[in-house]
Amino acid sequence: MTEMKSGAEVLLRALKEQGVEVIFGYPGGAVLPIYDALFQQEDIRHILVRHEQAAVHAAEGYARSTGKVGVVLVTSGPGATNAVTGLCDALLDSIPVVCFSGQVATHLIGNDAFQEADTTGITRQATKHNYLVRKGSDIARVVHEAFQVARSGRPGPVLVDLPKDVMVADAPYSAAPNTPHRSYRPRTEPDFELVTKAVHLMKLARKPIFYTGGGVINSGPEASELLRELVRLSGYPITTTLMGLGSYPANDDQFLGMLGMHGTYEANLAMHDCDLLINIGARFDDRVTGRINAFCPHATKIHVDIDPSNINKNVKVNLPIVGDAANTLRAMLAAWRADSVEPNREALAKWWVQINEWRAIHCLSYEQDKSPGAIIKPQYAIQRLYEATRAHERATGQQTYITTEVGQHQMWAAQYFHFDSPNRWMTSGGLGTMGYGLPAASGVQVAHPDALVIDIAGEASILMNIQEMGTLCQYRLPVKIFILNNRYMGMVRQWQDLLHGGRRSESYSEALPDFVKLAESFHAVGLRANNVGELDDVIAQMIASPKAVIADIMVDQDENCFPMIPSGAAHNEMILGPGKDQRAAHVSAAGRMLV
Amino acid sequence: MPKTPNQIHENTLRQATISVLVENEAGVLARVIGLFSGRGYNIDSLTVAPVDESGRQSRINVVTTGTEMVIAQIQAQLDRLVPVYRVSDLSEGPHISRELALIKMIGTGEARSEALRIADAFRARAIDATTESFVFELTGDTGKLDAFLNLMRPLGLAEVSRTGVAAIARGTRLI
Ligand SMILES: Cc1ncc(C[n+]2csc(CCOP(=O)(O)OP(=O)(O)O)c2C)c(N)n1
Ligand SMILES: [Mg+2]
Repeated sequence: MTEMKSGAEVLLRALKEQGVEVIFGYPGGAVLPIYDALFQQEDIRHILVRHEQAAVHAAEGYARSTGKVGVVLVTSGPGATNAVTGLCDALLDSIPVVCFSGQVATHLIGNDAFQEADTTGITRQATKHNYLVRKGSDIARVVHEAFQVARSGRPGPVLVDLPKDVMVADAPYSAAPNTPHRSYRPRTEPDFELVTKAVHLMKLARKPIFYTGGGVINSGPEASELLRELVRLSGYPITTTLMGLGSYPANDDQFLGMLGMHGTYEANLAMHDCDLLINIGARFDDRVTGRINAFCPHATKIHVDIDPSNINKNVKVNLPIVGDAANTLRAMLAAWRADSVEPNREALAKWWVQINEWRAIHCLSYEQDKSPGAIIKPQYAIQRLYEATRAHERATGQQTYITTEVGQHQMWAAQYFHFDSPNRWMTSGGLGTMGYGLPAASGVQVAHPDALVIDIAGEASILMNIQEMGTLCQYRLPVKIFILNNRYMGMVRQWQDLLHGGRRSESYSEALPDFVKLAESFHAVGLRANNVGELDDVIAQMIASPKAVIADIMVDQDENCFPMIPSGAAHNEMILGPGKDQRAAHVSAAGRMLV
Repeated sequence: MPKTPNQIHENTLRQATISVLVENEAGVLARVIGLFSGRGYNIDSLTVAPVDESGRQSRINVVTTGTEMVIAQIQAQLDRLVPVYRVSDLSEGPHISRELALIKMIGTGEARSEALRIADAFRARAIDATTESFVFELTGDTGKLDAFLNLMRPLGLAEVSRTGVAAIARGTRLI
């Protein structure tokens, strides 16, 4: 039987059926009926952010740390346009988010009404799909469809635009949360014959490597388990992308670290020299491949991806397999056990000898003067933070989640903070959105109230969504903001020094706030470490505090992020950094364009 | 660096006629066009109209030019759009493509009679006439229409309206 309720009530009922527990949002005229309905129920919690961009990032943090769909509610016009950056971010990183936006009443659409924006038009290329709901009878169906589209296949953001009159008027409700979509049926089961072929290639390889990405994380924790099983069974080396960190334990011997522009020497050289590349859930992003025509020049390439459009997009592969990462890994394990051929252990042993030679360069080593008054190296700050959280985890069982902003600190976090489990690492990879980390961390903390959630930040990035300190305070979210304060947009400065004759155009962080006082003004704790002697204590106080904390860590201003593959260069043309490699960075004109 | 035969093949451009069956929902055409402009693909021609009884499904025919890799990408990108049911590159097999043009000729005297003679040879129909003008209707593949228009140009061609390409596979093959 179909009952009649207001459109807003139908919306909330459909959300409850989808299992939604939290919405990140911000009110306004066009969504008042929805806020009114929210007020009159208790099942769904609303977290009031301070900016709609932050609502989307918070939903992303929530989604990435739980595997559930993140939900956003914003008003029409400026509310919706503020959300666009977040939607783009979720699109590029394949994060399942459903964003509901208010819209002016249907009869006003197209009339330049107050706070009207063509939201579906503006977000068409910023979402996986979007809808404008014109009739009350469509609300429930569209909501269920939106969740289905957001989470299935390659996940992504979906926007649902809701005109005010549709939310006010009565609408029928008939439950149908999981009817199959009419046209959207992404393939998730791999072709077993291709899997068998792939496994056969794997068995014959002499210099194989696994290169895995966010697809493994998105597929759910089981995919990471299966990946571990396959990697261990094979004995092959593995490297992951920025998005894939945590899918394989970072401290395991077979893990070569992250690859790509700021990846490890051993990972990138192994990529360059391998004879078989097994890509699972990564998309040959330009930050990973470097110069395309010099990418893995000797390798046969297997590519497993849930999105057929990722196949042969940037790099032509020999054996594409379309399927979900977990399903494909399961099939690969079965095929591996069924294939009687033994892997070439002798060749493999030689391959490991070679890899260990590359490893012996210790590309991530850095020099830290340990005297108490010494300047803190940013790498050291992350390393100490990592060690402290590890010890804390062992002592208390409290789990650690890391988000980041964008810049050098993000790369150092990726290099020096080691992840053993999926869903613990939230960073803006594809869009590279400064201002992501703080709201994302608040979303993570909402989902995991008892966890230790740290945003590793830069002093420039943190100011992009600093207003979210208010959200932390209101909901008592004890997020820790660990600022590597180098008084520079360090990543910009690094490129300027490298490519633009050291002309540091507009990259100095002038007129910074006093972050300690800033924290205090938002009822949080502010701490500062000026030198090595103060670092560990500040980290300990930060972790121990039951409140939100900003820890302002004054780090070496001149430190650069290494190793580095300059844009447009090949994996074997890495720069290792001062004292390690005397080769001057040679960046071609074409490379400069790729920045 | 000299190019390997493989690279030469990879860089060869070809024209493809791609048919897409879509859910007839608001914005679906904008989505398809946005995909082409956003990703820098060419559109040589594009047509769209509902094709099923209920009017819920539309067929879009796109003629595009690109390398094999780009044409495969275009299909994959189209296929992942949520309202898309099926995508097919008709140019992979025998197929028929047709467009219709309405062609207005203005003029008198010898040019006018020459135009009529050529129209006859092309089996274009005069569907409107005044003492100074004709409107011809011509159906055929793009090449035939182009050839006809080239001949008409010096004879008083004043205006052209073309539908763009509708295409279908030969035999029993479906989209
Ligand atoms: C919204 C946005 N604007 C601009 C950029 C370009 N950008 C990338 S890193 C960076 C500097 C970041 O500085 P900071 O947060 O201090 O980090 P650091 O590199 O110093 O660690 C800038 C401006 C960006 N990624 N995002
Ligand atoms: Mg900085």
